[in-house]
Amino acid sequence: MSLDSGVNDTNNAIVTRGLVREFGAVKAVDGVNLAVRQGEIYGFLGPNGAGKTTVIRMLITLLAPTAGTISVAGFDAVAQPDRVRLSIGAALQEAALDEKQTGRELLTLQGRLYGLTGREIAARIADLTDLIDIGEAMGRLIGTYSGGMKRRLDLAAALIHRPGILFLDEPTAGLDPLSRNRIWEEVRKINTELGVTIFLTTQYLEEADALAHRVGIIDRGRLATQGTPADLKHSRGSDLIIVKLDGDATAAAAALQALPEVEAVDAHDSELTISVSNGAAFISAVALKLNELGITVRELTLRTPTLDDVFLQVTGSRFRQEGASPAAGEDATDPAP
Amino acid sequence: MSAAPAVTPAITPIRARKAGFLRDLLSVARRAVRSISRDMETLIPALLIPVFMFAVTVGALQDFAENIPGLDYRAFQLPVAVMFAVTGISRAITVVTDIQTGYFARLVITPVNRLALLLGLMVADFVLIVALTVPVVIMGYVVGVRFETGLPGILAFMLIAGFWGLIFSGFPYAIALKTGNVAAVNMSFMLFFPFLFMTTLFIPQEQMSPWLSRVADYNPVTYILAAERSLISEGWNLVALRDGIISALAVGILSLGLALAALKGRATRK
Repeated sequence: MSLDSGVNDTNNAIVTRGLVREFGAVKAVDGVNLAVRQGEIYGFLGPNGAGKTTVIRMLITLLAPTAGTISVAGFDAVAQPDRVRLSIGAALQEAALDEKQTGRELLTLQGRLYGLTGREIAARIADLTDLIDIGEAMGRLIGTYSGGMKRRLDLAAALIHRPGILFLDEPTAGLDPLSRNRIWEEVRKINTELGVTIFLTTQYLEEADALAHRVGIIDRGRLATQGTPADLKHSRGSDLIIVKLDGDATAAAAALQALPEVEAVDAHDSELTISVSNGAAFISAVALKLNELGITVRELTLRTPTLDDVFLQVTGSRFRQEGASPAAGEDATDPAP
Repeated sequence: MSAAPAVTPAITPIRARKAGFLRDLLSVARRAVRSISRDMETLIPALLIPVFMFAVTVGALQDFAENIPGLDYRAFQLPVAVMFAVTGISRAITVVTDIQTGYFARLVITPVNRLALLLGLMVADFVLIVALTVPVVIMGYVVGVRFETGLPGILAFMLIAGFWGLIFSGFPYAIALKTGNVAAVNMSFMLFFPFLFMTTLFIPQEQMSPWLSRVADYNPVTYILAAERSLISEGWNLVALRDGIISALAVGILSLGLALAALKGRATRK
């Protein structure tokens, strides 16, 4: 699939062309072309240091690009940052809150800075209290909130002026699974009930898989691939047979590649990833072939592809995520490293 | 999720817009004033140090100093106490916290007027600084200090002190915005010493050693203290008041210039 698809479509909420950001000699973002459609959740996936946060900081007008163009809500983010700021909301990494204010005070200040009247602010706080499910805690100092409550308040602050586009930078980083699921629910509600376009960076594969209509994978500052999670996974084949064996996997890969049913074989160290259309029917043939070759198999697993497999295919290495639970669809015996 | 939902734009009268400088200023100031009441422990030094300095200095030097004909040493020391109360009061540490937590970035991506982000804090500082002069004035009254200029003179005394405190706060704000570092902001306290000690802190200028008297000539605080003292002991000495205000303004051009430059650097995309 083309990485540039949609870049020229005027119905996009966010478009970047040739986006570059350098920090001295380091090129943190290297020619990224994005097109995020109105009303979609776009998951921007990559490991730590891949360039996700640098991209989002350029999109929300906190950082200037070294080269390239950015259009957000139809406005040039370089030349018209004020127009962009009126159209977007953002919740950045770690809940950016003042712990010495109450939730209500923080939202009121946020509303005032967006020019809302007292009546509008009161109405929005009532809406958001319901949407974000923060309830009676609104009157408490933010310093007393749990991590999950802070993230939900952070979301509410980003939504107080009812923006058309919402940027979320790793909204669940560091949260426990329960709090993470609650944030996911809120994000879905914001998207489906309010029609807000959401640009979401994440280092969690399962988060991108569960939330995003489309996913872009960034690696070393470059957009490696993008598409719907289903399409991306489908590009890896219908089923995957994962073989862990003793010794180098390269020779076994060559032998298996010759089998007619095999769509693709990737070898990484002592692991083989074999793409086939019908894994259940073919897994025994793989075992027999490896036995014929005298190769000792330590583990043989059949599963459907995950975004981790896509990441492996496009970047050549497994996705490294911190504090992640096993990705949706992954076999529990074979978690991503 | 596989497909984007059909979007029905919400029909709502709510529309984000620029609030305007004055409203931004008041919004930021309101938050800062509110935070003062939740941060009372930071005010304890500003309340205790002036009283301590006044008591110790008057206790140690009053008899000796009042050998100088016509000198009321308690009246001489009251402006020093008020300078100790107001110098260095600011919300600069709050700015650092905001930078470190990302809250400053949250404010910057709103359409808020950038200048209001700093001046709003300074409005709150001014309110606090003027409030801090009240216990000092009461302390002076209790020990028998009376103003030749009466109640208007007391108000002028408080306002000049507030003006100085506001101007001095430009230094910690500049450092906070430039560095985003608490330790660096705390180092701004070092400026306190040359300003407040290399001047007519303990004795009149005529009694000082020549070198320190010469340094005091170039220290703007000398003229601010002279203006404050004139309100207590002389009446409305317009020349002393003018010199005091001009001296404070000169420092203000430097301190506020640095703070505004640091704000521009912090709030502008790089």
